[in-house]
Amino acid sequence: MIRRLAWLVVSFGLILLVAWASATIASAVGEDHAAADVAGQPAAAEGGEHGGQGLDPVEHVLNSRTIQIPWPNGHLAKTIVLPSLGTFQVGGLTIEMAITKAVVMLWVASALLIVVVVILAAPTVHSDRPPHGVANLIEMVTVFIRDEVSIPALGRHYGRRLLPYLLSVFFFVLFCNLLGLVPYAATPTGNISVTASLATLSFLMIQGVAIKEAGFTGWLRHLTGGVHWLLWPIMVPVEFLGMFTKPFALTIRLFANMTAGHIVILALLGLIFIFRNPAVAALSVPFSLFIMLLEILVAFIQAYVFTMLTAVFTGLGVHSHHAEGPAAAH
Amino acid sequence: MDQQVVEVAKQGIAMAHLAAGLGAGFITFSAGLGIGRIAQAAMEGTARQPEASAEIRTSMLISAALIEGIALFGEVICVLLAIKTVANY
Repeated sequence: MIRRLAWLVVSFGLILLVAWASATIASAVGEDHAAADVAGQPAAAEGGEHGGQGLDPVEHVLNSRTIQIPWPNGHLAKTIVLPSLGTFQVGGLTIEMAITKAVVMLWVASALLIVVVVILAAPTVHSDRPPHGVANLIEMVTVFIRDEVSIPALGRHYGRRLLPYLLSVFFFVLFCNLLGLVPYAATPTGNISVTASLATLSFLMIQGVAIKEAGFTGWLRHLTGGVHWLLWPIMVPVEFLGMFTKPFALTIRLFANMTAGHIVILALLGLIFIFRNPAVAALSVPFSLFIMLLEILVAFIQAYVFTMLTAVFTGLGVHSHHAEGPAAAH
Repeated sequence: MDQQVVEVAKQGIAMAHLAAGLGAGFITFSAGLGIGRIAQAAMEGTARQPEASAEIRTSMLISAALIEGIALFGEVICVLLAIKTVANY
């Protein structure tokens, strides 16, 4: 009992010590930033600069053309400016293929995914020996998604055929979400373009499977909802919009969950800069630690929810054409 | 003339910041209420039948995540209001 109490006190004291040290270093760094900021930006002081000393939460969650890598200098970081691969025109739209922080993080997540799944876990599929190491974890998650998400939503046939896409989406979103918690890295899925792309892929799969299952005319007939033809002018626009609101909700849900967590953490740490006192770190850093633990949970939950909703929406398109008839008005 | 425009813009931004704060307050209140009701139902279900607690917990987490998604739709709008400056008014 005394030992547990002593352990609690020592660990809390260590957290406070680390918090005080990092806050002191951070406010020393903030002094340098303040001088540079005041010199370079006369009019943008209202946007979210907390106390003018260099922790702008909005700037930290937005995409940028530079990345920071750990480097043994005063700021403990070296800024690398990323190149652009040129621009091209599509109709009236100019698209610039610039490598940004989000792109680099997407590559990092993909590389991690390839290493973990393709190199470490996939060989167990065709081998006789039981899985070893991280392959156990991947297999557990794969079986869970197959048996609890894919087959219940899509039925036996499509449940197995669409499993590769669902697994890819789950692991990719999970790795991207968790990457945001690593120091110096950013969350690719905290960028709405990335989540919009993932939701677009899910949209294509949902509609593609529905068209393949019911045929093009059957899919159009499902858009009318099985009502009398006089009600079609009301029904068809509503169903058509409903087609697009589902991926839109997927986009915003994932983006907002990832970004909101980071903004809360940055706001809590920004309190240290507002009060300009390292002692605030004693309150700020444990709260941020708690929010970061919550972020780990949210990363898993959001990856699971994205995958589950994709499976459920696809299942609606697959099963609804079997349910025409007595239960037509659904 | 330019100064007048900047003054009007600053009032608009003050309103935007106020709206962002009020909106965030409402969102937190309603999300807390909604997820609290899920938690209440989950607790009662687990109390009636402790063997089902794992399934109830899974459903509770999924429902909480979906409701939190809706709360975050509103948060995105509040953030859009809160980051307005004279430059992008």
